[in-house]
Amino acid sequence: MFPDLLLSVCPRLHGRFHELAPHLVPLDYTNQPDIRLPLALIVSMPELKENPFRNRIVEVFSEDGQGNLSFNDFVDMFSALCETAPRELKTIYAFKIYDFNVDNFLCKEDLEKTLNRLTKGELTPEEVNLVCSKAMEEADLDGDSKLSFSDFENMISKAPDFLR
Amino acid sequence: EKVGEEKPEVLSPEELEKLKEEVDERKKLISTLRGKPWPMRKKLESHEFVEKYEGALGKGKSRKLYAYKVMMLKKWMKFQRDFENFKTACVPWEMKIKEIESKYVSYLFLLYPCTVLLVLPGCLLFFNLAEKALMGRPYGSMPRKTVPRADEANAMDFAVLWDFGGYAQYSVLFYGYYNSQRAIGWLKFRMPLSYFLVGVGTVAYSYMVVIRTMARNANEDGGGDNNSFNFSWKMFTSWDYLIGNPETADNKFASITTSFKEAILEEQESRKDDNIHLTRFLRVLANFLVLCCLAGSGYLIYFVVRRSQKFALEGLESHSWWERNEVNMVMSLLGMFCPMLFDVISALENYHPRIALQWQLGRIFALFLGNLYTFIIALMDEINLKREEEEVLKLNMTIWEASLYNGTLGVNSTAPPITVHPADIPRGPCWETMVGQEFVRLIVSDTMTTYITLLIGDFLRAVLVRFLNYCWCWDLEAGFPSYSEFDVSGNVLGLIFNQGMIWMGAFYAPCLPALNVLRLHVSMYLQCWAVMCCNVPQERVFKASGSNNFYMAMLLVILFLSTLPAIYTIVTIPPSFDCGPFSGKSRMFDVIQETLESDFPAWFGKVFSYASNPGLVLPFLLLMVLAIYYLQSTSKSYKQANLELKKKLQTVSRTINKVLTLIQHLLYSLFMSSYLSSPLGGEHRAHQGKSNHQIPPSATSPPAPRGHRIPGPLPGNQWQPAPSVQRVPNSQRH
Repeated sequence: MFPDLLLSVCPRLHGRFHELAPHLVPLDYTNQPDIRLPLALIVSMPELKENPFRNRIVEVFSEDGQGNLSFNDFVDMFSALCETAPRELKTIYAFKIYDFNVDNFLCKEDLEKTLNRLTKGELTPEEVNLVCSKAMEEADLDGDSKLSFSDFENMISKAPDFLR
Repeated sequence: EKVGEEKPEVLSPEELEKLKEEVDERKKLISTLRGKPWPMRKKLESHEFVEKYEGALGKGKSRKLYAYKVMMLKKWMKFQRDFENFKTACVPWEMKIKEIESKYVSYLFLLYPCTVLLVLPGCLLFFNLAEKALMGRPYGSMPRKTVPRADEANAMDFAVLWDFGGYAQYSVLFYGYYNSQRAIGWLKFRMPLSYFLVGVGTVAYSYMVVIRTMARNANEDGGGDNNSFNFSWKMFTSWDYLIGNPETADNKFASITTSFKEAILEEQESRKDDNIHLTRFLRVLANFLVLCCLAGSGYLIYFVVRRSQKFALEGLESHSWWERNEVNMVMSLLGMFCPMLFDVISALENYHPRIALQWQLGRIFALFLGNLYTFIIALMDEINLKREEEEVLKLNMTIWEASLYNGTLGVNSTAPPITVHPADIPRGPCWETMVGQEFVRLIVSDTMTTYITLLIGDFLRAVLVRFLNYCWCWDLEAGFPSYSEFDVSGNVLGLIFNQGMIWMGAFYAPCLPALNVLRLHVSMYLQCWAVMCCNVPQERVFKASGSNNFYMAMLLVILFLSTLPAIYTIVTIPPSFDCGPFSGKSRMFDVIQETLESDFPAWFGKVFSYASNPGLVLPFLLLMVLAIYYLQSTSKSYKQANLELKKKLQTVSRTINKVLTLIQHLLYSLFMSSYLSSPLGGEHRAHQGKSNHQIPPSATSPPAPRGHRIPGPLPGNQWQPAPSVQRVPNSQRH
């Protein structure tokens, strides 16, 4: 939908999208094709390759939740990851990214998965447990041992360098 | 989309109005679209809606104005967007900075505002000298603008020029060149006044910029306790989404892991430090050693400056290059080697790395400051020397003038003025130009040292490590010396001190900021190249403080300390009698008095003299100090109140949650007991036989609900309203 608007405003992004699968992605969108690229292709992009949360990022921005991105979703993703995106927007998407089991709460398992991705499994299980409990204790305001969006937002808004 | 698909022309006026309102609402929505997490499709729908109906609304005779307004608005927004893009494109080195940032953690953004800060004074003073160059009299027309006859022979020698003597000394670069004539040219440009005001204005502007940046940073900080969400922040904000380089990513993973392990250790350990006395002793020892170093370096500089004064008296030509540039080289070398020494000494102290870094930065700060102030004190001595020379010269001038007339003059007669070439008139030793020259030389030698250190310390080292590694016994890349790390804090400190020196010397060498801008450009390119080619990212990445205000605070202190000497000299020392825009006056700030008397109406001067009366100024200053004290104590109390409220919020929400859970349990148990105790319920279940738990007949009249236990966890958080089974009173049971 609305191919002309998007294409005219971000031709470079479309170029990158096309590069990922030249035989699949058409150069003009007048027929409004519904092309979606699979997760494996998107996470091979250099901007995402080194990111430990790349799979989650792509899943969050895909409509089907499986990581298949149309061009609209692609633009969405990069505009949210951009440095100049507003902080509130980043907070919303960060919450979705860290919510591995997609239940709108960050429970202990989500925290453990996040930590393991960040440290590449270098911490012992006791250490992981300690860190997750401490983090939960700090941020959980309503005492239900999981972080709702408001808990998360409250904690992130005070962080000194939550820039990206 | 609320309006149907019919063409707007066939709609009635009310519907048209409604459509217009809808379009306006959508437009308001569009302006906030950036902050909403909707998918692109939904955002574009609003856009499309506005486009579709706006155009149609514009048709029709009475809508012309509306259409025109809409078109102008669109053009304005497009212009704004293009301007933003243009501004971003104009930002120098934007792409380079992004490239470097993806490899190094993003401290480089600190360099960028510093650069901006430095460019502006350059522009201001450029304006000043441009005016001078356009309006004033050219080179050679006045004694102060001409090279003396005696020096003409070697005025163009490179060695002399490099030392900023010769033609360079008598150019716009330095204070001495400027004419003191009150009004120049047909525009009546007030040269001395503008020189003074620009000098003072630059300082005031710098203060404003620094403090405004600090205030902005403090606001972003949120002003609260920085440690309340330690682990949460480490978990959710430590990954840098801009990293694209695998090496950097590996480093980042390692540093995150280390930081977690550190935090875990601190959390687990109860520090029972048996060697607390040993640690304390070592720390005292380390501080003592550092003080010795600082004192030693201060004395060294003083000694060297004294020696150079001796050399100057004997004539500079009879000494080697080293002896002529001794002072600057010594200062630069000290600046290079002492920090390394401090690093080694700090190994004794065994501090947490962040605290160790703060101590290190503090010591380097003290070193630079000490050196600079020793330099200035030595400079003061030289100024006094020059002023004595001046007195002697003034006497000699009268003798020389008399000799021109060869005794043909009577005591009170006049004679036709004899034209003398400006180069032949004896010149006073202009102390202001001397000061300017010293600062310019210092900056130049500092620049040279930096570049040479960069080339040798980084590039040559990298080359050696890379190529000698093949034929060396131990692994050069992993062990000593390996590639040099990019030391962010050291570089920022260097930049800050460079700026301090500029502030000090700018009044006496007006082109200094412009020269500095040139130097910064070159530095930027050199550093960019060195960073991408020969440096590796730092292993441990942490900040000296929680915010950028640490470096800004240092900049502010440097600003204060470096403008102090300049202001002192302006206020206390009388200007030279024959060079510079204030020549002939008894104090430099007399120019203000003069301007007030001659250029402004009389009543203005009176008002000003009342306002500058100490009886008025002192109480005002006192009032300001009290206001600062008051504001600070209120802000402290607000912070305290904030903390209290936060704690309360936590307790209250936990309490509420507990109460709600309790109520849920209570109601559930009530429901269960009522359901199970009713005969209908009990019989129903017995007859149905559907339920899995066979209720024995004795359970049909269960005891009071108080003794009834809650049958396991509540089904999710949903509370099902009690079914319509009524609690049958006991009396009805048989």
